[in-house]
Amino acid sequence: MLNVGKIEEGFVLDHIEAGKSLSIYHHLKLDKLDCTVAIIKNARSNKMGKKDILKVECDINTLNLDILAVIDHNITVNVIKDGEIVDKKELVLPQEIHNVIKCKNPRCITSIEQELPHIFVLADEEKEIYRCKYCEEKASRSATQWYT
Amino acid sequence: MRHLMNPLDFTVEELDKLFDLANDIESNPAKYAHACEGKKLATCFYEPSTRTRLSFEAAMLNLGGQVLGFSDASSSSAAKGESVSDTIRIVSCYADICAMRHPKEGAPMVAASRSGIPVINAGDGGHQHPTQTLTDLLTIRSLKGRLGDFTIGLCGDLKFGRTVHSLINALIRYPDIRFIFISPPELKVPDYITDMLTEKGIAYEEVIRLEDCMPDLDLLYMTRVQKERFFNEEDYVRLKDFYILDKNKLSAAREDMLVLHPLPRVNEISVEVDDDPRAVYFKQAQYGVYVRMALILTLLELA
Repeated sequence: MLNVGKIEEGFVLDHIEAGKSLSIYHHLKLDKLDCTVAIIKNARSNKMGKKDILKVECDINTLNLDILAVIDHNITVNVIKDGEIVDKKELVLPQEIHNVIKCKNPRCITSIEQELPHIFVLADEEKEIYRCKYCEEKASRSATQWYT
Repeated sequence: MRHLMNPLDFTVEELDKLFDLANDIESNPAKYAHACEGKKLATCFYEPSTRTRLSFEAAMLNLGGQVLGFSDASSSSAAKGESVSDTIRIVSCYADICAMRHPKEGAPMVAASRSGIPVINAGDGGHQHPTQTLTDLLTIRSLKGRLGDFTIGLCGDLKFGRTVHSLINALIRYPDIRFIFISPPELKVPDYITDMLTEKGIAYEEVIRLEDCMPDLDLLYMTRVQKERFFNEEDYVRLKDFYILDKNKLSAAREDMLVLHPLPRVNEISVEVDDDPRAVYFKQAQYGVYVRMALILTLLELA
């Protein structure tokens, strides 16, 4: 069993679907952040069998994690301060997301103009429906094509 | 600076003002004959649409302005691979306002986000065609004397027909409207629209045969089964002749019912209907020019 040490301040993202941690690493733009990140793949889990975990050592005010609500509601976000869990963060669906979901509509302008950002706007918070800002194509969670 | 991407970009009050202006243009065309002198309209049409383009051009010419543009992508810089964003930046240097039609959905919105001049969405794929909706609303308001308190039948391709979807979305902002959707099961109005109507408590009915509802209608909005919306030629051929309005069917309608059609028609309205006073689709095309004139004046802040 691999052991990764505690972090003093930051986040532990637990219960990530096995294999998805690297994609979340990119969505959170952790590659652009000057901080310590541990990516744990295929950790044993009673609940999930296998899971991924991300440990991010950073100022807890610097990282916006709301995007996780779009990607996977089941991820647990533990907020760490002084080496202890001080909070479990509630995730809020962002009003607008950039380059997270790819528009799948072959008639959308994004299908031919590659440099355009794929922007989705929250159309129905209750039903968690996002629509493409350009063509209004609905992004359904089950058939979403992620932008990575 | 304002653009028009979606018919709902204007509030009901703003639309009232726009339609009042359009009606004033209709009554006093001379008053507006020089209103846009020295102004230029660019018609950037990435796919052919003679009717809409000519309507925009006629509108600007009637206002004393000038027009320039292209009428298909092959004769534009898009053929060389230029992006919509770059094209509109260039067009902004040449013209004061732009009407854009594009086969890709959302292209005019991309243009508007980079444009130095007002952009009017003149149709983007199967998505929006706001000036058609404004035309429909102005026609109904002018000829019925009101927007609201009527039963409207929408007939034909209700699945792919963007004019129908836009019109429904625009009409639900007015009181006491009842919809009757007349289509073959294959071309039914999408669920998201009927779900929305149910949610808002707006009355609607779905019927298969045009004859079943004719006496109930205050307005009948006919649509063409559009070949370009089908991926499969066989489906098109099988469905296109489903719903044809002829004199016989029209005889069951009320004396004051109006027949509208966004045009062009193929054969869904028999030519024998054209002389019936209830057939207002050619008047509708005329209202299309008035509403585009009012829109150009409004967006150029000359109203």
